[in-house]
Amino acid sequence: MVTTMTESPTTPAEPPQPVPPVDGPAIRPTVPPPARAIPEEGAAAAGSIEVTGLNVFYGAFQAIRDISLTIRPNAVTAIIGPSGCGKSTFLRTLNRMHELTPTARVEGSIRLDGTDIMAPDVDPVQLRRVVGMVFQRPNPFPTMSIQDNVVAGLRLTGRHSQAELDEVTERSLRRAALWDEVKDKLKANGTSLSGGQQQRLCIARALAVDPEVILMDEPASALDPVATLRIEQLMAELRQSYTIVIVTHNMQQAARVSDETAFFTMGEERAGYLVETGRTIDIFTNPKNQLTEDYVSGRFG
Amino acid sequence: MAVIAPTIKPAIATRLLRSRSDRRRAVFDRTMRTIALLAALVCVVPLGAVILFVAINGAPALNLDLLTKAPKALGTGGGAASAILGSLQMIPLAALMAIPIGIAAAIYVAEFSGTRSARIVRFAADVLVGIPSILIGIFVFTMLVLPFHQFNAFAGSVALALLMIPVIMRTSEEILRLVPGSLREASLALGIPMWRTVLSVVLRTGLGGILTGVMLAVARAFGETAPLLFTALGSRLVNVGNFSKPMDSLPLFVYTNARAPFTVLNQQAWGAALLLLLIVLTINIAVRARSFRRNVS
Repeated sequence: MVTTMTESPTTPAEPPQPVPPVDGPAIRPTVPPPARAIPEEGAAAAGSIEVTGLNVFYGAFQAIRDISLTIRPNAVTAIIGPSGCGKSTFLRTLNRMHELTPTARVEGSIRLDGTDIMAPDVDPVQLRRVVGMVFQRPNPFPTMSIQDNVVAGLRLTGRHSQAELDEVTERSLRRAALWDEVKDKLKANGTSLSGGQQQRLCIARALAVDPEVILMDEPASALDPVATLRIEQLMAELRQSYTIVIVTHNMQQAARVSDETAFFTMGEERAGYLVETGRTIDIFTNPKNQLTEDYVSGRFG
Repeated sequence: MAVIAPTIKPAIATRLLRSRSDRRRAVFDRTMRTIALLAALVCVVPLGAVILFVAINGAPALNLDLLTKAPKALGTGGGAASAILGSLQMIPLAALMAIPIGIAAAIYVAEFSGTRSARIVRFAADVLVGIPSILIGIFVFTMLVLPFHQFNAFAGSVALALLMIPVIMRTSEEILRLVPGSLREASLALGIPMWRTVLSVVLRTGLGGILTGVMLAVARAFGETAPLLFTALGSRLVNVGNFSKPMDSLPLFVYTNARAPFTVLNQQAWGAALLLLLIVLTINIAVRARSFRRNVS
């Protein structure tokens, strides 16, 4: 049913942005990826997200109030803001992970390439294959080898030949900049890697199911500076092929890795709302809102 | 800065000396420690005593005859083959019934139910664990023996299964709860459906612990006598495969032979008791060693 995602051309999608100049090697393979529900409509158009009037509630508590935000495809969008302002909650609604919290309730619309992902005929399981997620703490499956971790999303959802799995393993690990470090020990346990390697393994695992969008919830906050740098470099490369949304506490990181930045803060009764969004350089050097300026200059938060 | 006059305090050497009340406290401390140690010994000694007692009395009787020969006419020798074979049939059948039910119930409670129904199921399982096993026997007797006018091994297996289910369910549930939620999220975020997440990620991660619960339940079933008295009844005949007829088991064998008026049979009871003890101890030690190693590493 995810094919419906391409059938709403009426929604005004943002005009395709020019792809930033590519310095690194092209990441997307030249061989066509395995058939998937959403055909590509030109690299720049796939994976744009249009959030309109989003309210999120946990029971009676309102966590997010009236957020409207457009997320550009093939760019890194950073969500920054003080603790508890609903950044992670916002991120989790983008692939409906919020539904794991029984009391969570969402109002408003989230359109992925024009299709409302909250529509009743959109299956959250399928949605999460298009909108992948990387978490704060590296969480490889402890019972699985490195290779099994990478292909878990394929192996646990259908039949695949070993040759196909091997190919996906190598391609995903290469894209996650981990291949050279683990190619000789693919059968080793995933938890035997260092924290930074584990996190790149988790990124490879997310890439293996061939998503359009990758959500990252503070992906480097549990890592040391060197491992953090590698993740940031990786994001810069992945941006050429994927839409990336990253939640971060680290403003320098947001400034380094992102093209666009959205600043959230808390309003009355601790409901998070969007203060300002725009090009990262504008948010950090020339913010329009006083709250944003106070936050990015370190006077608050 | 205010200066506090130090002159009224006694010298440090004096202040460090043991006072009369300090000495009284030291004596009291030693007394209470000794009492606690004795209490701890009382907990350990019975285990050692039972093992020693059964080993001394059972060792002479635990021989090849006991393991391989069927019981003979009253008081003329034979062995416990009927009981060993009976236990080895009824317990696997009981496990076959109890393991899927116990684990499925644990999955329901740990993964799918609301907190309220989880609490009800957990409470029911805890009460079921505490119910005297003879009551389970009587219950199964009325359900599966009375209607057929026939004591039968199947009823025995069902009674044992009813005892195993809550043990398996509770230990499995505790283990599933220990599996970090981050693994579930990681799996679901890959677009892996919930059922597959539970089976291939959650259950697989907790498999070792679940196995522990299963083994402990099996060990418990090995030693149960009361639920079999009204169901499998016990038998002096070797019964292989006929679950509609009475069947013997090790604890039943110990029970009947220990009460028999023949020394030979009493001896066999000791031998069978030692065998039973060895089986249960082996399972328990194996399981605890496993979980000990896991905790250490």
